[in-house]
Order: sequence, then structure tokens, then C-alpha cells
Amino acid sequence: MSEEVKSELLMPKGDELVLSTSPHIHATEDVRSIMIKVLIALVPVICAGIILFGSAAALIMGYCVVFCVVAEAVWLKLAGKNLDSLKDLSAVVTGILLAMNLSAAAPWWLCLIGSVLAIWLAKQIFGGLGHNPFNPAAVARVGLLIALPKYMTTWIPTRFMNSDTASYCQGLFTKADWSSVLAGKLDAVTCATPLGVVGTTAKVLNHSPEAVNNFAQVANPSCYWQYFLGNMGGCLGETSALALLIGGLILIAFKLIKWQVPVFYLGSVALMTGIINYFLPGVTPPPVFHLLTGGLMIGAIFMATDMVTSPMTNWGAAVFGIGLGVVTCTIRIWGNYPEGVSFAIVFMNALVPLIDKFFVKRPFGYNKPIVEEGVAA
Amino acid sequence: MTTKTYKTVTFKGGVHPARDGKDLSRSAAIQEAPLLDEYQVIVQQNIGAPPKLLVKKGDEVKKGQMIAEAGGFVSVPLHSPTSGKVKNIDRIPGPMGVPTDAVIITADGKDEWGELMPPLDWKNTDGATLKKRICDAGIVGMGGAAFPAHVKLSPPPDKKIDYLILNGAECEPYLTADHRLMLEETEKVLEGAAILGHALGVKNVFIGIETNKEDAIHALLDKCDAYGVGVVGLKVQYPQGAEKQLIYAVTGRKVPAGKLPMDAGCVVQNVGTAAAVTDAVKEGKPLIERITTVTGEPIKNPSNWRFRLGTPVSRAIELAGGITQEPGKIILGGPMMGFAQKSMDVTVMKNTSGILLLEKSDVIQYQSTACIRCGRCLSACPMNLLPGSLSAAIESEKFDLAAKMNVMDCIECGSCAYICPAHRPLVQHFRRAKAEIRNRSKK
Amino acid sequence: MEEYGIYIAAFAAMAIIGAVLGCIIGIAVKIFKVEVDPRIELVTELLPGANCGGCGKAGCADFAKSVVDGENAPNKCPVASQEQVAAIAQALGVELGESMKKVAVVFCGGDKNQEKVQTLYNGVSDCISASLIAGGPKGCAYGCLGMSSCARACPFGAIEIINGLAVVHPNLCVGCGKCVDTCPRDLIKLVPVDAKVHIYCSSPEKGAVKMKVCSVPCIACRKCVKAAEEGQFDVKGFLVGVNYDAEKLPEADIVEKAKCPTGCLLTADKHVKIEESEKKDKGEAA
Repeated sequence: MSEEVKSELLMPKGDELVLSTSPHIHATEDVRSIMIKVLIALVPVICAGIILFGSAAALIMGYCVVFCVVAEAVWLKLAGKNLDSLKDLSAVVTGILLAMNLSAAAPWWLCLIGSVLAIWLAKQIFGGLGHNPFNPAAVARVGLLIALPKYMTTWIPTRFMNSDTASYCQGLFTKADWSSVLAGKLDAVTCATPLGVVGTTAKVLNHSPEAVNNFAQVANPSCYWQYFLGNMGGCLGETSALALLIGGLILIAFKLIKWQVPVFYLGSVALMTGIINYFLPGVTPPPVFHLLTGGLMIGAIFMATDMVTSPMTNWGAAVFGIGLGVVTCTIRIWGNYPEGVSFAIVFMNALVPLIDKFFVKRPFGYNKPIVEEGVAA
Repeated sequence: MTTKTYKTVTFKGGVHPARDGKDLSRSAAIQEAPLLDEYQVIVQQNIGAPPKLLVKKGDEVKKGQMIAEAGGFVSVPLHSPTSGKVKNIDRIPGPMGVPTDAVIITADGKDEWGELMPPLDWKNTDGATLKKRICDAGIVGMGGAAFPAHVKLSPPPDKKIDYLILNGAECEPYLTADHRLMLEETEKVLEGAAILGHALGVKNVFIGIETNKEDAIHALLDKCDAYGVGVVGLKVQYPQGAEKQLIYAVTGRKVPAGKLPMDAGCVVQNVGTAAAVTDAVKEGKPLIERITTVTGEPIKNPSNWRFRLGTPVSRAIELAGGITQEPGKIILGGPMMGFAQKSMDVTVMKNTSGILLLEKSDVIQYQSTACIRCGRCLSACPMNLLPGSLSAAIESEKFDLAAKMNVMDCIECGSCAYICPAHRPLVQHFRRAKAEIRNRSKK
Repeated sequence: MEEYGIYIAAFAAMAIIGAVLGCIIGIAVKIFKVEVDPRIELVTELLPGANCGGCGKAGCADFAKSVVDGENAPNKCPVASQEQVAAIAQALGVELGESMKKVAVVFCGGDKNQEKVQTLYNGVSDCISASLIAGGPKGCAYGCLGMSSCARACPFGAIEIINGLAVVHPNLCVGCGKCVDTCPRDLIKLVPVDAKVHIYCSSPEKGAVKMKVCSVPCIACRKCVKAAEEGQFDVKGFLVGVNYDAEKLPEADIVEKAKCPTGCLLTADKHVKIEESEKKDKGEAA
């Protein structure tokens, strides 16, 4: 090669080359982009919460996000760790999910306690994101429910409840109650959740057949549409099944969750309550009621599907979903609490390592017989 | 183009790299590299026993002359890439960074062939003679492993071989050498396939090609009937060209863990190997050159070249027009399984399918974080292993546990590390565990 | 009075159950008593108790058993001091055994300042992992990778990575040999503690090849061999090493006498000098 040609050539200097193991290219997705996608999927739910409960909802979400991020930063600082892991946005996701699990009537300090519970007790104490065995938001909800039940079960009506639609299905017992609410005759503007109504009824009537009529007051087709849209008492993010389903579809479209978890969870709840309702209608309302009320949807779609705390294999995810359904139904029907989703999630989270151990794919080449199939055969 | 159709098959698992980089050099026809002044031929270019040197400093050599003889059964001879004089027997950096013996040959510019082996009429030649010729020509697996080809063709008598599969998948992003070879030298590849089939006594001969090489598939379909070779399309999915995955996709057979393809009645050879076999049998030419893709965004003219063995990487980059920007990495092989190099003094060997340069911005130093158990590695692993749990075990140095979790079955394809959102150095962990476990069993 | 009856009954029941179970345990201890050779306990106490495994046994107690059984001589413990070994030998009334205290030395001098090839390593900080990528981030395929595998393996904290090079502190090293097994490059060897100088290079390559990647290799010029007495240095191919089996090990002044052109022949306390000079630098800066 002549000298002129060489002088035109630009050749690598060959120093400062990066040495690393193959593969040398990488998919663009990282933990941060996964969290951003989860936040995108949460947008419909956030909107629904604000539409239903007004600015109070937005304020609570703000509190929770800020407190969660600050709690994480404080822990990292105290533990002498790098603050870089804040950039993965997992604290923001936890904050939003925690807010979704609080009542719109929650005071700011409840958000603070919840955030500290979620970030410190459920996440950082185990070593941070990836090492936590339990879903932080579920732990916070359970913790708060046990420690401060009064504040966790004080519900306020949605902005769309009025004297015309006010009925049992919105958790207010009579039209008269609603009128007194409007007239300011009642001390606190609170309401009950449909699940709470059912729980109390079942307890009072002790699962006797008369309970059927009382159930029908909150569990009838005319109420279901309102429930589906979210027009009922409950936590910020759990009421609107519509928004949650949209969020779930976004998650599945982004391939962030295993569809097996929500499908088997919801399916097993429907099946179990369906069977019980068919044979013992006095024990529990029909499955549609169970699917649409309480924290089941948000639990099944956003909390149980948390990658860190759910099984890694598809079959494992199915079993995990069924287990969640059974535990949830058991608590809802026979337990002391009207709602059992977050308990079920925390309980099943503990079983995930066991499930993962059982549902392992057989490594390639460990089948004994050589199967004859394929185009060439 | 024919209207002939072909079936498309695939395996389970794997990844689909979004940017495959093949467009850079896909349409660049194979160019003959000009004769260089000097070739640095590494003596051991095959897996197995190192060949024994036959020349010494100052010897005159002819093109194609044997300069090292096979050092055992799992070994092949080495031949001079050109005519000239042995300048020195020196130590140069090998592809794994460790200095290696190499024959430095100063070319005399005449490029004269030495005495060639007599051409064979392969249809009337028995398998043993063909296998000997393939060995004598120094042919190894040219896809990357550099396993002596004749060894794969010599199964023990109790193992019946039903299929010969030619690997034209070229599933590695960026590489296009096999693609161009199949397109431009279709008949050579097909004849090589037929010769290999004849040597093995196998009737079922297939070529598997990923369907992103539509033109090559049709070129092969046009001519394949004359050679009795079937063409099978493979879904574009990495690692489609991994031996066990290819066998599964084409035949539906699973090679038992820890066993060889011949245990499933299959033999797999690269298309480049097949072309080299044709040259060796029909013309008596030994393996002294190979087709290599010189590519990557920093390369000025990404292209496919026929390089003599012993061409330094720096000269190869020069031939491809140099660079347009400083690269962050120089890789021998493809981006998924190739080896990062620390200098440009390494040379083209029998298994160098690509010389890849990556931009500085593409090789950001990844910070790995904790596993978030997303399970992507599980679905990507073509061997159905548990990369996430394995790396956790290896990180805490539990090598016995890793062995129990079948880390030795890992094919190091890199699918898991490619997809991992936490950027965990999974493949590096597995390589370490394999090295540790091998060391232990040696002790 | 009646409502207290149940509490009294409960207390009584607990007391009786406790007494019975206690008796059973007491009897069981007598029946199933295992006779332990008291000498084993004695020797275990005399041993350093580091449980390093440098002797090849599972721990100090295991080693003590082997000493009592006569399987090992007391001096096989690489950690124990002369006095400790003597005390054990005296207690058991056995031969002391010929004792030669050894320390580990990393035979590489190529720290970051001496390396001529610079690459950016991106991966696991572990020597085996790093050595599998193109022979490691350093230019020399035989040199210390400086990724602390040996330092992590050392139970005594005697190995420090100074500027990308593992250095053993001879005063902390007890010679257990754990690091020797860890190093993927086999750079660490146990040598007699009396050795005053070492040649810090392990590359078997030719001098010219070594000089391309490192500024302190042994180029086998033999200046040290000529300056020293017969048999104090060994020449193996392109590498010279101190002959540690020699009757008289080379003295520290050989460094002055030999005038090693690359500077790979250094005294055993080179790291102390490095530290002192660093301290001095810091002091001056302050």
C-alpha cells in the first residue's frame, strides 16, 4: 500500500479500547425504561383517581411520590450507598401505587408513614430494588391497615354520587342519609365501600339465607356499571375497573407483566365465589360483584404482577394467580377484614421462591427420548 | 427467481436484536484482498492438539505448502497463504490475548502455488479418502469454533448419522460473509454439501438459512435439486445458528445434554466449511483463505473480503477504507459471541468470520444493578437454563450449586445478557463458573 | 380462692414437666457421653485459631486432631509462630519438625504506571472473569490483574491492591497459601520469609515481547546472576528467579550491585518503601 493512500486513511489508534465479555450489543430496555413504562400504564388509573376524587387525590399522590423518593434518598445516604439508584424511578412507581391504595380522605402523615413503611421496611432493608421479597405498596397497605385501621377505612364519596344515584350500590344506606349529608346534618362526609357493606351484612346475618336480599342491595346489575366506572367508595386507584383494565392492557402490550397472573387471579376469584354463591347464596354475592369491587383489580393488575415479587415462569405465574385468588376469597368471605387482596399478595409473595423452585423449565437436552418431528423428518 | 417455496422453522427461546447491522455490508460483493508484504500465521488455528511446525526461520515456502502437520487426530495441518520466505517464528497476540506462536512469512510477490493435491472425482471416491483429504487440506469449522471438520465427519461406527445440516443461519448481527458466500458461490456450497453427505453416507442433506437472506435462499433453491440438497428457511431469531438449536429447528431432535450432535444422528457444518471442502476435493487446494466481513459503524466501507490467513486486523481495516470515527471496541467475530480485542495486531484465522468495530457511543460502560426478576433471561435462554438465579449463585461463589443448575450446558450465546434490563454480566459469570468448575475437576 | 386454683395447677404442672425433662437430659448426658481426647482441646487452644485451612485440614480443631494422631507435625500449621509450635510439641512430647516460615509473594511488578497497554475493562471485578476476556485488561497476559481475588481470599487481610497490583504485606502474611490457589495466573508463591530480594516477573515470553507491554519485566539479562554468588539465581528460559532453595539467599544489597536495567529485582519490603514515600509525599503536601 503506497504512502499517499495511507495518509488519507484514518486508522483506529487502538488504545483505550473497551474490554468486556460478549454480547457486545444490548437491548435498549433497562430498569428505568421499564419503570417509565409502568408509569405510562398507570396514567389512566391516575386520571381516574383525580376525576373521581378531585384534587385531594392529586395531593395524596404528590405526597406519596415525594415521601417515597425522599425516604429512599435518606436511606441510601444513611447506608452510604450511591444515590444513582434513585434514577431507576422505582421509588416513584412505589409512591404512585401506595397512593392508589389510600383513601382520598387520608391525611398527609398517613402518606408519610406509608412511604416509610414501603421504602424502608419492605424494600431497602432487604437490599433495595430486586432484593425485596414483598411488594412495597402491598406491605405499606397491610401495615397501615393493621396499625391505623380508622384512617385506612374512612372513605369519602366520589364526586359523582348525588341524591339520584345515591343508593346502596354507592355504599350509602338510604336516600335519606344522602340528603342529610348534603344538608350537613351528618358530622363527617364519609361513605362505606360495597365490600364493607357486604362484609358487615354477612357478619351480622351470620351467612343465613336472608343475607341474599341484603346482598342484592349492593350487588345487582344496576350497580355493576357504576362499579365498573369507579363510582363507589374505596381507595384512590382501586375503584375504576375500566381505567385499571386499560392500564393492564398497556402493561401486557409493553410485555411488562405475565398475563397469567391477572387472568388466573381474577379467574380463580370468579370461579370460587361463583361456586359458593351458586350453592350458598347467603354466604357471598355473585362473582361479578367480587371482580368489580375492592382492591382486586389494582392488586391483580399492578401489584401482584410486580416483577420482583412474582414468579419468573409462566406456569409459576398461573399457580401464583390461583393462590392469590384462593387467599383473597377466603379472607373476603370468612375473614375478619372485608378485603383481602393486599394480605393475599403479601402472603403469596412469601411463597414465590418456593413456586419458582417447583416450576423450572427442563433444560434443553434433558428429555430422554429423541422426538421425531419437524420438516425434515 | 424461482417460485419454489421453502418451509420456515425455528427453536424455542432466543432474542431478536432490533438493530442487526447487516445492511452495512449485505450488498457488498466479496472482494479479493491484495497480496500483502507479510503474513503472520498463527500455528494453532484449530481446537484440539496444536499442529507441529515443519518450517524454520529462513525457509522458502510456496503458496499452499504445508507449514505445520496435524499434531494428533483432533488436529489439522496448516498451509502457507502465499509464496515467500519464513522471516521468523515469533510470538504474536492470539485472539484470546495470550501470546501465541506464529509463522511470519514475507511474501515474494510471485504468489506461486506449490504442489497441489490431486483432484478427486468425489462421486467415485470412498468416504475415508474424502475425510483424509478434508483433514489434509486443514479444514476446520469456519463458523467460529474451529473444530477440525474431519473429526465431526468420523462418528464411531455405532452412531448412525441420519442428517447432515449445513449452517447458513448466520444469526450473528452485522456479519454477512456467509450470506455473500451462499449468494455468489452457490454451487460451490451445494457441491460441498453433497461431498460432505457422500463422505458421511447420508442422504438427508439440508441447508438452514435465516429468512433475512431471501436472495441467497432463492439462489440455493434454484440449484439445490441437482445436488440433492434441501433448503430450510429459519426464522430470524438469535441464536438460530447454534448447533443444538439448528438441529432442533431442522429435525426436531434434541441433542442430549453434554452430548454431541452425532448422538442425535446429526452432523452440522458451516457453509464456509462446505465451500472449502469443494476446493480441497475438486482442486486439491488447502484452506489458506476465508471470507470475512469487515464492518461496524466506524468502518468507512463495510465490506466482505477474501483474506489470506495471517492478515493482520489493522491491514484488514485499512483495506475497508479505514475508519470515520474512533472505535470503542474491536471485536473478532460477531457482536453476540465475538471476542473483544485489546490491539489490532491480531490476525485473520480460519474461524474469523468478522472484524467488527463498534462506535464509542455503543459501548457505554454498563453499570449492572440487582436482578429485578423480570424473567426475560428465562424466556431468552435457548437452553432453558435459569440465567438470573445462576448468576446470583455464581456471584456468591457457589460453584457447586451452579454446576447442579447445569451451568455447563450454557452455550454462551449471550441472549440473556443481551436482554437483561439490569445489565447484569451474565455471560461473564457463566464463563467464570465454567472455568472454575473445569479447574476443580482437573484437580 | 377457687379462681386461683387453676393458676396453681398450671404452675405445678409446668414445674413437674420441667423437672422430669431435666432429669431425662441429665441421664442422657451420662449415657451418651463421648470421650474426647483432652489433648485435642489443648492443642486447639495453642493453635492460632484462624481456621484458615492453610494446613489442608478443615480447621484448627481438625488439624489439632491430626497432630495428636501423629498424622501431621505441629509445624505443618503455616500460621503458628515458632513459640506456638514449640509449645504444642512440648505439650504432646513430639518432635518439633523442621520449621521454615513462609510468606506469599506476588511475582509481578506491573502496576498501572508500568503497564504500556491501556484498555477500559467493563465487567465483573474478579481475576478469573477478567482473565477470560482477551487475556485480561493488562497488556501482559501473565501479569497481575489487580482485581482483588487474592485479597478477598486472604483471611488475614495481608494483601493490598496498590495501583492495580496485588502486594503482600510480609508482616501480616502467615503463609497459609490460600491466595496461591486463588490466582488464575499462578503469580503468588510461598517463599522463605528470610528471602531479602525477589524478581517481580512471571512472564515466560521473550524480553522484546515483554518490553512491548510492560516497563518492569525481567528480560533475562543476567546482570543479577553475574553479580550474585553461584546458585543464588535460577535462569529458566527468558526469566530469572531467585533460587529459594539456595543455601545462602542473596542479600538485599544485590539490588545495588546488579543494577537491574528494568527494575524488576527489588527488595522484599518494596511496598513498605512505597508506603513511606507516599506518606512523605502527603506530609510534604500538608
